[in-house]
Amino acid sequence: MAVCIAVIAKENYPLYIRSLPTQNELKFHYTVHTSLDVVEEKISAAGKSLGDQRELYLGLLYPTEDYKVYGYVTNSKVKFVIVVDSSNTSLRDNEIRSMFRKLHNSFTDVMCNPFHNPGDTIQSKAFDGIVSGMMVQTG
Amino acid sequence: MADEAPFQFLHNEVIQYIYKSAETDNGRNIATLENMGYRVGQGLIERLTKDTARFKDELDVMKFVCKDFWTCVFKKQIDNLRTNHQGIYVLQDNKFRLLSQLSAGKQYLEHAPKYLAFSCGLVRGALSNLGVKSIVTAEVSIMPACKFQIMIQKM
Repeated sequence: MAVCIAVIAKENYPLYIRSLPTQNELKFHYTVHTSLDVVEEKISAAGKSLGDQRELYLGLLYPTEDYKVYGYVTNSKVKFVIVVDSSNTSLRDNEIRSMFRKLHNSFTDVMCNPFHNPGDTIQSKAFDGIVSGMMVQTG
Repeated sequence: MADEAPFQFLHNEVIQYIYKSAETDNGRNIATLENMGYRVGQGLIERLTKDTARFKDELDVMKFVCKDFWTCVFKKQIDNLRTNHQGIYVLQDNKFRLLSQLSAGKQYLEHAPKYLAFSCGLVRGALSNLGVKSIVTAEVSIMPACKFQIMIQKM
C-alpha cells in the first residue's frame, strides 16, 4: 500500500498530491520533487538505450532510507509518482504496475471530464476514491 | 468508438447554433469552434494513448495522428502525409468524412472552413497534449478532399 501518491503535470508542477495525514507532508513534497529529476533522466536516457524505452512504467526511481519511490510517465508527459514504505517488502512489481494502471485509467477519465480544465488541480471525487483505495489504511 | 452519424449531425448543429447565436459573422465563430476541438482533442488523445508505447520523436507522433487517431475519429486513415522535415506537415484526406455530405465538387466551397475548424482544433489539441505545439490550418480546393497543414512551433 502506498504512503504517498502524486500526479505531476507536463510542466512539472503538481496536479495532485496526497499523503498520509499522520506523516510530515512537506517531506513527501520534497521527495516527489527530487524524484522528478530521476524521471527526466530516465526519459532522456531511454531514447539512447535499447530495450524497453517504449514502456510507460519507469520502475523503481530511487530508494531512500525509509521509502521507495516508483515512477510512471504517460504519453502526454504527465508523471505519476508512488512512494511506498521500505518496510513493506511484500509489494511486488506487478502490484505497483497495476496501481499505476488504475491511476492512469482514472486520470484519463478526469481529463475527459468537460468540467475539468487541463492544467488545473484534480478535484474529482472519483479520482480521490481510487487514490484512497491505494493508500495505507490507518486505524 | 461511437457511431459516426450522431457525431456528424451534432457537429453540423453545433456550427449552425454558433452562427445563429452570434450577431455578427466575424472570425470569433471559427475561433470558438477551434477551441472546442482543442479541448476535445486533449481528452481524446489521453484516452487513445493510454496503452500505446512511448513515442520516439515528432515523426512518430505525426504518424500516430495520421493512422490511429484519424481512424478512431473519422474511421479512415490519412491518405497522404508530406513533410519538409523542418516542422511543416501536410496531411491530405481525399474523402473527409465531415465534408462528404456537403457536396462532391465546388459547390458550397465558401462554407467549408466552418466545417473544418473543429477538426483543426482537434488535431491541435491532440498534438499539444503529446508535447508538440503547433498551428493547424485547413484548405479545400475540391470537396470532399482537404489538406490540413500543421506548422510545428519550436519553443
